[in-house]
Amino acid sequence: MNTVSLIIDNKPVVVKKGTTILEAASGIGVHVPTLCHMKLDDLNIENKPGGCRICVVEVEGRRNLAPACCTDVHEGMEVNTHSLRAINARRTVMELILSDHPAECLICAKSGDCELQDMAQQLGIRKIHYPGEMSTYREDTSPAIIREIDKCIMCRRCEMMCNEVQTVGVLSAINRGFSSVVSPAFEMNLDHSECTYCGQCVAVCPTGALTEVDDTGKVIRALSDPTKTVIVQTAPAVRAALGEEFGMEPGTLVTGKLVTALRRLRFDHVFDTDFAADLTIMEEGTELLNRLGKHLAGDKDVKLPILTSCCPAWVKFFEHHFPEMKDIPSTARSPQQMFGSIAKTYFADKLEIKRENLVVVSIMPCVAKKYECDRDEFKVNGNPDVDHVITTRELAALIKLSNIDFNSLPNEEFDNPMGESTGAGVIFGTTGGVIEAAVRTAYELHTKKELPRLDFDELRGMEGIREATIDFDGLPIKIGIAHGLGNARKLLEDIQAGKSEFHAIEIMSCPGGCIGGGGQPYHHGNAEILKKRQMAIYKEDKNKTLRKSHENPHILKLYEEFLGKPMSEKAHHLLHTEYFDRTE
Amino acid sequence: MTDTKKQLRIALRNCGLIDPEKIEEYIAQDGYFALGKCLTEFSPEETIAEIKKSGLRGRGGGGFPTGLKWEITNNVKAEQKYVVCNADEGDPGAFMDRSILEGDPHSVLEAMAICGYCIGADKGLIYIRAEYPLAIERLKIAIKQAREIGLLGNEILGKSFNFDIELRYGAGAFVCGEETALIHSMEGLRGEPTFKPPFPSVSGYMGKPTNVNNVETFASIPVIINKGASWFNKIGTEKSKGTKVFALAGKINNVGLVEVPMGTTLREVVYEIGGGIVNGKEFKSVQTGGPSGGCLTQNFLDTPIDYDNLVEAGSMMGSGGMIVMDEDDCMVSIAKFYLEFTLEESCGKCTPCRVGNKRLHEILEKITEGKGTVEDIDRLKVLSNVIKDTSLCGLGQSSPNPVLSTIANFENEYLAHVEDGKCPAGQCKSLLRYDIVEDLCTGCTLCFRNCPVGAITGERRAPHYIDQSLCIKCGVCFEKCKFNAITLT
Repeated sequence: MNTVSLIIDNKPVVVKKGTTILEAASGIGVHVPTLCHMKLDDLNIENKPGGCRICVVEVEGRRNLAPACCTDVHEGMEVNTHSLRAINARRTVMELILSDHPAECLICAKSGDCELQDMAQQLGIRKIHYPGEMSTYREDTSPAIIREIDKCIMCRRCEMMCNEVQTVGVLSAINRGFSSVVSPAFEMNLDHSECTYCGQCVAVCPTGALTEVDDTGKVIRALSDPTKTVIVQTAPAVRAALGEEFGMEPGTLVTGKLVTALRRLRFDHVFDTDFAADLTIMEEGTELLNRLGKHLAGDKDVKLPILTSCCPAWVKFFEHHFPEMKDIPSTARSPQQMFGSIAKTYFADKLEIKRENLVVVSIMPCVAKKYECDRDEFKVNGNPDVDHVITTRELAALIKLSNIDFNSLPNEEFDNPMGESTGAGVIFGTTGGVIEAAVRTAYELHTKKELPRLDFDELRGMEGIREATIDFDGLPIKIGIAHGLGNARKLLEDIQAGKSEFHAIEIMSCPGGCIGGGGQPYHHGNAEILKKRQMAIYKEDKNKTLRKSHENPHILKLYEEFLGKPMSEKAHHLLHTEYFDRTE
Repeated sequence: MTDTKKQLRIALRNCGLIDPEKIEEYIAQDGYFALGKCLTEFSPEETIAEIKKSGLRGRGGGGFPTGLKWEITNNVKAEQKYVVCNADEGDPGAFMDRSILEGDPHSVLEAMAICGYCIGADKGLIYIRAEYPLAIERLKIAIKQAREIGLLGNEILGKSFNFDIELRYGAGAFVCGEETALIHSMEGLRGEPTFKPPFPSVSGYMGKPTNVNNVETFASIPVIINKGASWFNKIGTEKSKGTKVFALAGKINNVGLVEVPMGTTLREVVYEIGGGIVNGKEFKSVQTGGPSGGCLTQNFLDTPIDYDNLVEAGSMMGSGGMIVMDEDDCMVSIAKFYLEFTLEESCGKCTPCRVGNKRLHEILEKITEGKGTVEDIDRLKVLSNVIKDTSLCGLGQSSPNPVLSTIANFENEYLAHVEDGKCPAGQCKSLLRYDIVEDLCTGCTLCFRNCPVGAITGERRAPHYIDQSLCIKCGVCFEKCKFNAITLT
């Protein structure tokens, strides 16, 4: 017998063995409220510590109430999800959570987008019958993430993300009883820990306990400074998600409206990180072909596979965990930093202004980018290549603050020269995209032939680790893809053990790639949203006339006018970087 | 002296009688005979059947039938299985496990090997708190000796049975006595429980089937094998067989460990074995089951002690803590005291235990400070029941027991605190009031001179006066006064 028959709220249900009460109930339209539970379908990510006890239901004949999220159904079970006993218990548990949660909703970053707030509303909590002492912790600010742990409700989602999904192991529960809190070891500050700033803790936090550092004020000040020229770049994943902040369906592409909004925010030039992504492909693709060529020629010293280096959390991850392998990733800077570097040299020269008077702002789906732009190697005499990074969410706030009715905006085009991009640049926003873009260029540079096709379905999808062999006109190139740092770790351990046969590996820290970044609109555990964003990214690629980075005319012009050729000395100086051992 | 006739020593049979550091002395008391009997005469299934027949139930508190637990673990197919001995004794004042490990370590090793034989495990782990250095030392010696003569290790007694035991140290967290928390702690993870199922018998240590039993449970096994299940199951009550060790403490003349057959009444334990209440005072309550047990009144003194009767009475067996209270104990304070313990020892994972117990404690504090209301008593009841109904593990599910049982059995004391502002036992300082009776005060100034906070004023040879807003109820004046001029109400 692989099925189980039971009754939920007087309705007979037949479900597969091993189904939880929560899932069985949901199948018949009974939505038992949950708080700590979170499941991202297809990504193999689930948090069900059974800790919050909001989902308790009454099971006939059982001594105590059962948590629906982690209780499996059994034959003949009778479940009542809204008996007096269950509702009373659920509401009391909610009151207990709220009795230890600051009632600062009006001024909380999460207000209006808070799962705790929604749940309090749903359960009709109007009074807390058990007031008492509240936990107090100091606020912990890092370059990217703020921890306001007073607002933590111990759902442990961040801990699960940090440990199980990302294997970073910074956040865990410490102390006991009422003093328990999720924290780095010894209540260390985040910036002293091995935190990669991937922001997946922020992405899943149901309350305002973990949020991004708010840099909108800096951007507003820069835009109001008449002595500065302020330019903006916007990452590929932003256009596939920003609409959600304005009530649009997930997966709605808002590229044109995004450009218009940025222009109305009075950025002097509205550019596209996709342009820099094309530039990244020129450098990284060339680097791959160089290493590959040497390898094929029998050079024993050349390191393969080459690993992508666009993701700053991934970079910090291997600097902490695999420092002995820091010569394996591509030396190419991330698109954000390539953009900043070119903006403050090539473009500043064109405008005939000093780099100090040019302010570069990035709109990123990512909180780690805030940290990346602050790294010393990306500064010239203390002046950073990228001055300020705001996330997709912060941009939405900025648009709202500036009285712009986003939904009714017309579509406009990016400025040039750094606004032109190909479809290859766009797909950087999803897992598998960077390597697909690299393949499109490397194939043609290597074979000197035109690609017979542009869509590499074998590189796409949501599987945590994917692999494919691409035929480079008789030369089989083995490609690996990992998203989520835990998956990356597995591939790295294979390399360490000498078991890896890949020539190139793409790694993105966030599940789904940048579309699932820590700075994106909150998905609240709905993996469908990530899939729709991914589809939007591929749609944008398909709509582009140019889909191969090396065909971007402004990139070609940049090399012609300024950089020479890929991997030239100037390119090396401006577009490449080095990595550091962070274990000391 | 303790009335030894009422006692029957099974788990403690060798404690104090043999030298625990000499395996020969254990062997001389039929030690390892049971293991030999199992290996040579019984199949694992037959051994399990014998344990099932004996009616032995888990002595750690849960009372789960031991034989059934072994059978379940045996029925799970796996390459690797583990036997775990839970020696994370954490109840305040309880030391039966420690006594067994210090006084008769081989009885536990032997039983673990028998268990390993029954369930198909070749590895045993003893999770013991590091605060038990002597027990650890003796276990180490015992393991070494057993290995030396081939009672642990490969091909035990020439049979194709391998079994060895290692120690794992706990840091003394009470919740690590809960088996899933214990296993996480052994795995190097945070010691907190997870939802069951899966039970450890299916997925335990390192994800492998694991049989977890308490020290006292294991110590009873060899006797059952040696003397037979039918001997064992004649002792005790219908559903609780054998004996139970209790740690008798509190306001009782004979404190210490006692082992009595199940079915012995509380009265026999308190008055006959325990020798009655200290200073001939009046018995008020006996608290069983450790920090999350309940406080029973004299109405329950004739209740035969077994798992089910104690639960029915609103308490539980627990691991065998038994604390006797007399007329001087305030039951509200007692409830508060136990809650302080669970509050401290809650792992913090689930909301009701983490926050709910804190709130219960705060309300109790309010009551003992004289600021409580009748509604507070109702809130205590409602919240206690929700905590019991919704907590993740046994700790939270039982932590409100002292509150509920004291309200059920001593509601008048709660009412006295909230309605009359009085603590009948005179324990709640905030509710005490010292006054000077004018007619009796001679103005000797002794109280004035001894008051540590200057709350007493008055002229020499004239009646003195206590400023209630300054008084800290230390009672020094009351003790010093030679004329009984100070009253305590």
